[in-house]
Amino acid sequence: MSILKKAGMLAGAAALGAMLSTSAQAVELQFFFPVAVGGKAAQTIEDLTNDYVKANPDVTIDAVYAGSYQDTITKTLTAVRGGTPPQLSVILSVDMFTLIEEDAIVAFEDVIEDGADQAWLDAFYPAFMDNSTTGGKTYGIPFQRSTPVLYWNKEAFAEAGLDPETPPANWEEQVEFGKKLTKRDADGNVTQWGVRIPSSGFPYWLFQGLTTQNDVILANDAGNETNFDDPKVIEALQYLVDLSTKHEVMQPGIIEWGATPKAFFEGQTAMMWTTTGNLTNVRENAPFDFGVGMLPAKVRPGAPTGGGNFYIFKDSTDAQQKASLDFIKWISAPEQAARWSIATGYVAPRPDAWETPAMKEYVEGFPQAKVARDQLEYAVAELATYQNQRITTILNDALEAAITGQKDPKTALDEAQAQADRILSAYR
Amino acid sequence: MTRRIEWIHGWLLLTPALVLLFAFTHVPAVKTIIDSFFSTPRGARPATFVGTANYEFLLNDATFWRVLENNALYALVTIPVSIALAIAMALWVDGKLKGRGFVRMAYFAPTVLPLIATANIWMFFYTPGFGLIDQVRALFGGAQVNWLGDPQLVLGAVMVVAIWKEAGFFMIFYLAALQSIPPSLREAAAIEGASRWTFFRRVTFPLLMPTTLFVSINAVINAVRLVDHIFVMTEGGPDNHSSLLLYYIYETAFKFWDTAYASTLTVVVLAILSVLAIGQFHLIDRRVHYR
Repeated sequence: MSILKKAGMLAGAAALGAMLSTSAQAVELQFFFPVAVGGKAAQTIEDLTNDYVKANPDVTIDAVYAGSYQDTITKTLTAVRGGTPPQLSVILSVDMFTLIEEDAIVAFEDVIEDGADQAWLDAFYPAFMDNSTTGGKTYGIPFQRSTPVLYWNKEAFAEAGLDPETPPANWEEQVEFGKKLTKRDADGNVTQWGVRIPSSGFPYWLFQGLTTQNDVILANDAGNETNFDDPKVIEALQYLVDLSTKHEVMQPGIIEWGATPKAFFEGQTAMMWTTTGNLTNVRENAPFDFGVGMLPAKVRPGAPTGGGNFYIFKDSTDAQQKASLDFIKWISAPEQAARWSIATGYVAPRPDAWETPAMKEYVEGFPQAKVARDQLEYAVAELATYQNQRITTILNDALEAAITGQKDPKTALDEAQAQADRILSAYR
Repeated sequence: MTRRIEWIHGWLLLTPALVLLFAFTHVPAVKTIIDSFFSTPRGARPATFVGTANYEFLLNDATFWRVLENNALYALVTIPVSIALAIAMALWVDGKLKGRGFVRMAYFAPTVLPLIATANIWMFFYTPGFGLIDQVRALFGGAQVNWLGDPQLVLGAVMVVAIWKEAGFFMIFYLAALQSIPPSLREAAAIEGASRWTFFRRVTFPLLMPTTLFVSINAVINAVRLVDHIFVMTEGGPDNHSSLLLYYIYETAFKFWDTAYASTLTVVVLAILSVLAIGQFHLIDRRVHYR
């Protein structure tokens, strides 16, 4: 009896399997996305995904909100190791080397089919592609990308006798303006700082603005060699430290990222460096007229890029990879890129997105949005290496040690370089 | 025969609990110990046996020693302070006072609130310039203090949050213990003419020892286990001055993806905790009066 029963069950299972495989014309995709800024980011991604699925009934996309960038890479790598990776995901552009090392992703050149696709690949801003390619291949497609800019309080500028329409153009002016903008009460306690460059959590990112302006890069394209002990890097760190210790125009110690926009609104600081991702936040909450400008220059103007890219995962069928590519092509097309950029403040990653009527209208009413795009011309790749998180932690620790006066900039960076060399030598 | 059935019956009853215990506690623990002797597998490269290399790396890892020192200091301050506060609060709300229910609730409230949420509130307290603490200090002409951004102050600042969180929880245990002390003891002491301090030192405190043992073991575990506020408030910074063991393990495992080294760290923490727990039982047990 039991044999009969078993045979029956097997037959049933086989029938069910056959049914599933014939009806499984629709390609199923799982898509992990992070949300790093408040506002309408999550809603917008879901709306875009739904619109795509409506237009393409042969594809179903399961869009999974996976938390912060850190949560998303953690969840994705756990899924990869468990053998059930998503088919596509938005992850920090700098995690590219980690994903390659885990053998988790495919290059877009291996998925695209024709010249049209190649033209699509070539249409993104080169500054964003720096973090998306290595060894001549493209592994990421820019999506929620940003860059740091300078915000300034026009009222505070006027009060200090400065031209409210002119931000500091270079490092010296930043100090000079900062001194005029720093206000002290009768006891000598500061009530308004000149400038605020936040340094908690990931100080390397804004620090990379300073190093770029001093015309030095922090890591090579192959991701296996860092430059932390270069004299120009040390000079940049010395400048950052001097802002609080020597010039006394910035709050000493580690400065919190999250509280930075609030400190700006409260008049605690007259200028701040922070991401363009805060643009909508500042526009809605600043109780005064504010300006947005490029970061001040030293040898040259400069800033890093940041944010997340689309990746396609290896452990998927050919049909799934094709469908993923098609979805990414659609969501990064001008219309959708413009919609995404307007809703969040992220920089639309393709020049043609800025030519759409919606984007033109938006920029017309809010010209500050253009600054980030114009700065892209001078932007460089965000620090990315193999074992990226470990290397950036080493640099972060060194920066924090110097900012808090535990070590002088040269000692801190020399030690960081030695530690980074020990880890990266295995990849050369 | 019946004995045999009883035996099978007994094991069957035990099975569900055993399976869970092995699947989620013992097997992972053993696996962790094994993993600590291998390298981290990465994509195409499988794990290889590396002997004690991970442990040698640990001995030379300056961050590990910094974090261990932080955690030791963190435990040495937060445990006695939160226990002393818990006893004081329990004695206070055990007495006859108006609005007793409200005070008890107020003391216990921090325990009920999720630490992640309260860490965000504490971050606002600590914000330089316009945070609550600095605003109060400004009334007295105090300058801005960067509580979470100064390596000398940051560990103290996160300790305050931990003590605030823990004291109310421990108070509940002490309150329950106090209420089980028979009132006749107090009456007898009053007849003998003992002062309140003598009564506390010679009668109440010794009778609270079993609770103190329980609470102190919990406090030691929590001193290693409770790191939620570090994620929110400092991420271990500046330069690892507020990083604790468990946070460092998380960082190593899920930021650096160096699972082998994370296993090594876990084994060391496990060993330290076991030694502490055994030591506590042996040392304090002799001085505990069980009734």
